[in-house]
Amino acid sequence: MDELKPGENPPRILVVDDEAAIRRLLATVLESSGFVVHLAENGSLGLAAAAAVRPDLILLDLGLPDLDGVEVIRRLREWSPAPIIVLSVREREDDKVAALDAGADDYLTKPFGVPELLARIRGSLRRVVGQAPEPIFRSGGLEVDLARRLVRVVDQEVQLTPTEYEILRILVTHAGKVLTHRQLLSRIWGSSHLEQPHVLRVNISNLRHKIERDPSRPSLLLTESGVGYRLRAES
Amino acid sequence: MTNGDDDIRPSPEAMLKLAQAEEAQADRGRLKIFLGYAAGVGKTFSMLSAARQRKREGRDVVAAYVESHGRDETDALLEGLTAIPKLRLEYQGVPLFELDLDAVLQKHPQIALVDELAHTNAPGSRHEKRWQDVQELLTAGIDVYTTVNVQHFESLNDVVEKITGVVVRETVPDNLLDLAAEIQLVDIPPDELLERLGQGKIYIPEQATRAMEKFFQPGNLIALRELSLRRAASRVDDQMRSYMETRAISGPRSVAERLLVCISGSPFGEKLMRTTRRLADEMKAPWHAVYIETPDTGRFSRENRERIWRDLRLAESMGATVASVTATTVAEAVADYAGRHNITKIVVGKPTRPRWRELLRPPIVDQIIRASGEIDVYVVSMSLGERRTATRQRRPIRAIPWAGHAMAVALVAGTTLLCGLVQPFFSPTNTVMFYLLAVVLAAVRLGLQPAVLTAFLGVLAFDFFFVAPRFSLAVSDVEYLMTFAGFLTVGLVISSTVARSRERAESLRLREVQTASLYYLSRDLAKAADLVAVTGAVLRNIRESLKAEIVVFLADGEQLKIISASEKLDLDLKERAVADWTFRNHQEAGRGTTTLGSAALLYLPLKTSANILGVLGVKMADPTDYNSQQHRLLLDAFASQTAMALERVRFSQQAEQAQILQARETLERALLNSISHDLRTPLASITGALSSLRDQEGLNETARTELLATACEEAARLNRFVGNLLDMTRLEAGAVRLKYTPCDVEELIGCALSVLDPRLGKREIAVHLPPDLPLVMLDMGCMIQVLVNLLDNSLKYSPQDQPLGINARTDRAWLVMEIIDHGPGVAEADLDRIFDKFHRVPATEGARGTGLGLSICKGFVQAHGGTINAAITPGGGLTVTIRLPLAPPPQTEDSAHG
Repeated sequence: MDELKPGENPPRILVVDDEAAIRRLLATVLESSGFVVHLAENGSLGLAAAAAVRPDLILLDLGLPDLDGVEVIRRLREWSPAPIIVLSVREREDDKVAALDAGADDYLTKPFGVPELLARIRGSLRRVVGQAPEPIFRSGGLEVDLARRLVRVVDQEVQLTPTEYEILRILVTHAGKVLTHRQLLSRIWGSSHLEQPHVLRVNISNLRHKIERDPSRPSLLLTESGVGYRLRAES
Repeated sequence: MTNGDDDIRPSPEAMLKLAQAEEAQADRGRLKIFLGYAAGVGKTFSMLSAARQRKREGRDVVAAYVESHGRDETDALLEGLTAIPKLRLEYQGVPLFELDLDAVLQKHPQIALVDELAHTNAPGSRHEKRWQDVQELLTAGIDVYTTVNVQHFESLNDVVEKITGVVVRETVPDNLLDLAAEIQLVDIPPDELLERLGQGKIYIPEQATRAMEKFFQPGNLIALRELSLRRAASRVDDQMRSYMETRAISGPRSVAERLLVCISGSPFGEKLMRTTRRLADEMKAPWHAVYIETPDTGRFSRENRERIWRDLRLAESMGATVASVTATTVAEAVADYAGRHNITKIVVGKPTRPRWRELLRPPIVDQIIRASGEIDVYVVSMSLGERRTATRQRRPIRAIPWAGHAMAVALVAGTTLLCGLVQPFFSPTNTVMFYLLAVVLAAVRLGLQPAVLTAFLGVLAFDFFFVAPRFSLAVSDVEYLMTFAGFLTVGLVISSTVARSRERAESLRLREVQTASLYYLSRDLAKAADLVAVTGAVLRNIRESLKAEIVVFLADGEQLKIISASEKLDLDLKERAVADWTFRNHQEAGRGTTTLGSAALLYLPLKTSANILGVLGVKMADPTDYNSQQHRLLLDAFASQTAMALERVRFSQQAEQAQILQARETLERALLNSISHDLRTPLASITGALSSLRDQEGLNETARTELLATACEEAARLNRFVGNLLDMTRLEAGAVRLKYTPCDVEELIGCALSVLDPRLGKREIAVHLPPDLPLVMLDMGCMIQVLVNLLDNSLKYSPQDQPLGINARTDRAWLVMEIIDHGPGVAEADLDRIFDKFHRVPATEGARGTGLGLSICKGFVQAHGGTINAAITPGGGLTVTIRLPLAPPPQTEDSAHG
């Protein structure tokens, strides 16, 4: 869904940010891309607007004057499944992880480019709309047949260990979305293995050597430093 | 014919002396002395006349203490001058009036008039002598006009006594005359003076009438007048000489003479000092007084020791350089001292010992004459008749002086009893041995005199009780006379030998203890790094070595504060005032000194050549210790060591602060430069690009794309700079909390490269990693930043077509990473400096950096307990090597580290 088709209801986006300049920028670029934009300048107004407008997606700044951003996410998640993309600055990595663990879908570090923002918004919206994933995932030279548990790189079948395949499967089912270390660990090994990040590192490293063309400059299995991993969705 | 050989420049020494004198003059008040030769010559009158003249000139003149003795002419002169009320003191019911020093100091006039310089203050005054009051006024910057008669000068004291037969007890040190800026001679002919005396114009205190009558003899007056004229003339001569020296006028100059006099503690020491001072004056030569401490001096009586101390003080007050030297023999030490100080003449006293004793040991005079080589030796005669009565000298109370002798008597009685018991079994000649034993015992235990007594009593008792006829002193067998003589000789020799070695051992022990205590103090002080440690060391050492209680005051701005004190000391306000006086006047005061002597403690200034840092208060265990030269010398040494240690501590603190301040200033300046440059430059580009896009008509597509690209690139650059600034600030503030996670090095490199991706273009990056590289514990965010900064640097400084290399390997417990470029590299000398803050390598156009990136790398790597180094790549370029511990250092795992 590159462009919104006329006649359809355009998706509603709620922007919660205390900076007037950012609100103005986002309103301009999002409206010109065909979204309906609602603005809120702090956490409580944002929560109220979310209840009133029922947005399809929420852009939330973590550094709000009244409420902690993570707290806003937690309250939203009590009733709303709408994807939340978090905006934050580089120095607040822990906040990002907390936000993702609390239920945010994605994050962007300020300053960000508008094309990047639009791509993330579309990715998130797509994941909500397309509930059932394609049985065969393709990205770059990678082809994952979830039904047959087959992995091919440039048409060559690749042998994965069960753990590696499990990691890849989870990443494929959330393609394009950031998964935190915590989310990956708990989904693969259960919550008892949360404190063993080195196992994840080793498996990711092995996986990269099997699916990446140049493992030291990965193009598919991307590291979100300090946060987690993301599988590139588009080809 | 020119006089080319003559050096007509003033000698540097003369210039220095002048400079010092002028400098000293600048702060101090000027002293003007009205010098006369007897009461009634008109000193006070002259002083007041001069004062009125100054007053007319507009100076602030105050009569601090003027005695008019009811004379009308004097009273008339006093009129119109502000007078400070005299201080009334009671002494044994008698009211006494003294100079009110504090009132004058508070009023702080330009000129203070103080009559009778030689006056002795009433007991309980701050100073013992009025000239000390005057010195304090001068120190405070007040000019003083004062009057004094010539006979009051210390060095003339004995001459005056000889001429007039009157002992002048009130003396002033000679150096006061030297210090005076001006001396005005007040002179009238003796005939006229006698005439005035006859007319009753001269005030003579009643109790001194007889002495004065003796004094006012024409012969005396003529002699005194000559003394005063000569004294004033010699002063003029001095000024003339120094004038000529500084202006390089050649004239008759005396060869530089230096005199040395030895202090031995003999009763004639005082005379010797005065003679030497006069001699030195006549020769215009500096003089030294030296006391030689030998093992023998341990035998000196307490009286003798006090005399040594007093003579040293006297010499000092008469302007001598005073020293105390420890040596084995007097003569050698004197010769050695003389040699080292370029002494040209040594003054010694003529020996008074009986001739026969010289046969046993050559007199010290002879020894000195032999040892002194080219130096002239002046032998001054002295006889007991000239010995001055020791005025005001307190004799120390000896602890029961007869106890030793009583013990000796008891010892002889006991021995006799013992001999009586064993008499049936021994022959009388052998019982003598028991008495000999008693003598030895007495010598060891009781000292010389009781031992001698024991020897004599022993002979008598032996004769009386055991030699036939018994119970009579008569001797029937002449052979026993031989026994008596032998016994007595042996007894006496043993007594003196044992007693002497005992005393020598005692003196050596004392000396040893003192040397050791000084050593311990200096050792402790050397270790002390702060005030608390310094004062602690002083307290401990002085208490141990002198058995004294002490208190240390330190200057806190203008105030004096107690830093530490022995618990037993209770300091009242008066004691604090004395300490305060010591602090303000840089001089010792309190018990054992002539200033504020009624205080309970002795106060010594803690001063260095430049500063006064505080005051040391001492309470001796034994009151006689205050006058003991050994104790005082040791205390002086303690005080000066303490002062030096305190100053060292203060200097090091100041230096440290100055260094921190300077470093901070440099950094702040660099930071401001950097911010203004690195923030404004990209902002200028962005503003320029955007404003031109908005306002400029007719831009073609290429130009628009170009402008937009510029704005985006510059915004990215700005973002990087802000990131760097933030990292730097966190490092500076020590706020870097490392979040250690197990990290895959390949992933680390991948993250760094993906950050740089937009700028890599087609640049070849060669990554070399061994397949078995383990996971490394580190803070991934920080290390990515390190790699990004290093790679960014390499990208900027090396040409596009040159590859970059990234290597990693393990070396024992270390991870080693290398970032290799093939750019122009860095000059060898700059290699260490590139990691310094705001250090920029001179670079080609466009390759601009903030000078922060590499220092951030260094900060982050060091926070990990690692090292970062730069070297030249073989074949050209820069190689940066990072070494990180594979496991995090335990102490930094969860601690901030800048």
